[in-house]
Amino acid sequence: MSFNWKHYFKTFSLKELMQGMGVTGKYFFERKITIQYPEEKTPISNRFRGHHALRRYPNGEERCIACKLCEAVCPALAITIDLEERPDGTRRTTRYDIDMFKCIYCGFCEEACPVDAIVETNIFEYHFENRGENIQTKDKLLAIGDKHEAEIAKMKAADAPYR
Amino acid sequence: MAEEFVTIEINDQPVQARKGAMLIEVADNNGISIPRFCYHKKLSIAANCRMCLVEMEKSWKPVPACATPVNAGMKFWTRSDKAKNAQKGIMEFLLINHPLDCPICDQGGECELQDVSVGYGSNKSQYAEIKRVVQDKDIGPLIETEMTRCIQCTRCVRFGDEIAGMREMGGVGRGDRLEIGTYIEKSLQSELSGNVIDLCPVGALTAKPSRYKARAWEMVAHDAIAPHDSVGSHLQVHTFRKEVVRAVPRENDAINECWISDRDRFSYQGIASADRITKPMLKRDGHWYEVSWQQALDATAEILRAADPARTGALASATSTVEELYLFQRLMRGLNIRNIDHRVRQTDFSDQSAAPLCPSLGMPIAQLEQQNAVFLIGSNVRQEQPLLNHRIRKAALKGAAVMALNPRAFDFNYDVAQQAVAPADMLQALQAMANDPDNAVMATLKNAEHAAVLLGNVAVQHPDFAALRGLAYTIAEQTGATFGYLAESANTVGAWVAGVVPHRLSAGRELKQAGVPVGEFLSENTRTFVLLNTELADFANPQQAMKALSAAENVIVIAPFADNTTRKYATVLLPSSTFAETSGTFINAAGQWQSFKGATVPPGEARPTWKVLRVLGNTAGVPEFDWVATEEIVAELHLELDGVAVCNNRYAGTVGRDAKSCVSTTADGAFQRIGDVQMYRVDPLVRRAKALQAMIPPAAVQLNPQDAANMGVAAGDTLKVSQGAVTITLPAQLDAGIPAGCAGLQSGIEVSNVLGAAFGALQIAKAG
Repeated sequence: MSFNWKHYFKTFSLKELMQGMGVTGKYFFERKITIQYPEEKTPISNRFRGHHALRRYPNGEERCIACKLCEAVCPALAITIDLEERPDGTRRTTRYDIDMFKCIYCGFCEEACPVDAIVETNIFEYHFENRGENIQTKDKLLAIGDKHEAEIAKMKAADAPYR
Repeated sequence: MAEEFVTIEINDQPVQARKGAMLIEVADNNGISIPRFCYHKKLSIAANCRMCLVEMEKSWKPVPACATPVNAGMKFWTRSDKAKNAQKGIMEFLLINHPLDCPICDQGGECELQDVSVGYGSNKSQYAEIKRVVQDKDIGPLIETEMTRCIQCTRCVRFGDEIAGMREMGGVGRGDRLEIGTYIEKSLQSELSGNVIDLCPVGALTAKPSRYKARAWEMVAHDAIAPHDSVGSHLQVHTFRKEVVRAVPRENDAINECWISDRDRFSYQGIASADRITKPMLKRDGHWYEVSWQQALDATAEILRAADPARTGALASATSTVEELYLFQRLMRGLNIRNIDHRVRQTDFSDQSAAPLCPSLGMPIAQLEQQNAVFLIGSNVRQEQPLLNHRIRKAALKGAAVMALNPRAFDFNYDVAQQAVAPADMLQALQAMANDPDNAVMATLKNAEHAAVLLGNVAVQHPDFAALRGLAYTIAEQTGATFGYLAESANTVGAWVAGVVPHRLSAGRELKQAGVPVGEFLSENTRTFVLLNTELADFANPQQAMKALSAAENVIVIAPFADNTTRKYATVLLPSSTFAETSGTFINAAGQWQSFKGATVPPGEARPTWKVLRVLGNTAGVPEFDWVATEEIVAELHLELDGVAVCNNRYAGTVGRDAKSCVSTTADGAFQRIGDVQMYRVDPLVRRAKALQAMIPPAAVQLNPQDAANMGVAAGDTLKVSQGAVTITLPAQLDAGIPAGCAGLQSGIEVSNVLGAAFGALQIAKAG
């Protein structure tokens, strides 16, 4: 192995250490971007794909018509739908399950939906404590939709020009 | 007339075509796709959808391919700019009034309009006005309408006219106000009406029983064979999560073309009926207990081993597969039980030893339409074998003379020289014909190039069947006509071939010690019964059957269903499979063996019937009972059949020329019953299909108007009808097609379950 002067110079002059400390020093004095989650939160895109929700029309009627396009398009096979003809002759789901463990949050279901019934909200803070809770049923999804309708509508409206 | 072939050019490719053929037909044969809605190869040409416009040389305007006959040297372009523009324009027009409700439309995913729109349409519409709305029609329990979706292709209208032979649908209004409907609100009555569902290119006509059951892409298609009539129509059974949700035809020009009867289409509903047995059950001290298969099979084997063979009767339905029937008779004969039969609706067995190997049509099904003269004896072919009727209808439309001798005037959808005589007089009528060569029927048959004499279900169920057959055969022989049977069930031919008859082994081999036919062993004398897929409503004489079955010590029922009546007389219930849940083979009227695989699995602990029989054979210790697949069983039967022609109707019996009719002419006030089987009550499966049951007209007694007048009975009056010791009340109907002294009261329907012989005597009196 040959004797390398450059290497020895770099080692004993602590050049790299100084460079590193330089970076540290630069960020020490720069504006801080660390967010104190959960007290602070980052802004979320209108296209954020979080927890799902089922929406209703303003008159309270559920939007979903059980066309099963979301079920068909779902690449993770996370959605399961059963349906019936309701006494008033409309086509409605009797079961709308999303397995949140299978879901990969790709948003295809939302894109496939012809009536904007299934949407992905900006909710990402949720957890499951027991097995089985990962299956989000129709009731739960509708409840989320009801609770966050104003926000969902706002998000969708803001994103509409780009669709 | 020799067909002349010409060369034309399509898309600059030279193509050979029959002169005068329509361009669309030529294109189809050469794999060139032209979009279309109103054109259908089995229907007449309407050219009203204009979707098939193509460019033609020297034509300023694009021409419709479905209505342009080709001639030598013509040149067409199907994908030129001119053609494409025309197609795009037409597509836009068609979509003007078509609603955008694909997500809730049952046709979505298999819709011709969707496909063609994607393939040939534009991606935007210039139409911004209000779309039209058409009120839905209620056209019965089988077909759902959504008339706003209709694009007025008129395929359904032409189908009714040309195929079903009943003009049930039509167009009202013109231009954009044209509406397809039934003129007056009524349900479609045709036995082939379900085919409009397949014909409809959009979702205007869809299957009501399958409404909202599953989307097209979710269903798994399985090939199957229709289990009801002897046509053996090719079906596709569609399952969704292992449940059968619909049945559609598979095209086969030699058998069912592209049609199926409503019975074959909607009977799948019975599969999921509430009567399904899902666990083996034993009756002990009048109570039913669910038991394990092992216990049930041990108990059954014990009963069969202990039974006195001479006092045991084994009955199998001819709707079972060949494999099931073959195993059934092997099992019974292995246990020395010789009283084996499948002919539960037959009453006259006197010439059974002279019968051919099996009752076949005597010709391929497609050949029926080549006949120049057809003589039907005792056949309501339109309801019994709707697709054979369609073939005969085609022959009739081409000019064939169709004649019939029936116990009552049955309804035909073409011209039939029908002679309706009382059941007891059929024999004399036939005898008169046979003895008189100058008779109109005989002469027509003799002068026809291709003629057929066909025995129908009513003839086979007739108390004088042997003599009728002898005479019919004589007539066929004298006139040079083909003699054939319009076999009753999906596998009547198979039941004969498999040897489910008391006097023959499988493949028609001789039997040293024959048993007695069902007519004899169906009595209180028989202590043990084994019933395979057979129910009370299947018997020619339910009264007698109920008496015999109730009196028996043990009744072993191997069937998918058990209703309360079955539970009354049965002592062992072994749950088995329907046609969609087992692999098997049916042999159709023309002797074609058609095997199929199961589409799904039987529910609960029910098992494919052939497996139940096989394990039962092992449990009972029958030697050489080790098949592991249905293919092996069929192969064995084929081996046994070696050299025996399945399709040979040579009748060796002595002709019953002077046979006396067994239905004696009426005593005072007694009527002869005409008990032909209701078309939707022929077997256990169809009896449980809800939508089809809703098609059955309310039960009534049909009387000759003269008889009714003599009794002072008007239509709608309540009548007391008694047969044997049972009296029921039914409304009266007047029907000029009923011969005097007779009363029409169908078999198989609910009320007739308590009655006696289908062609026996009835006492009728005015109630109150």
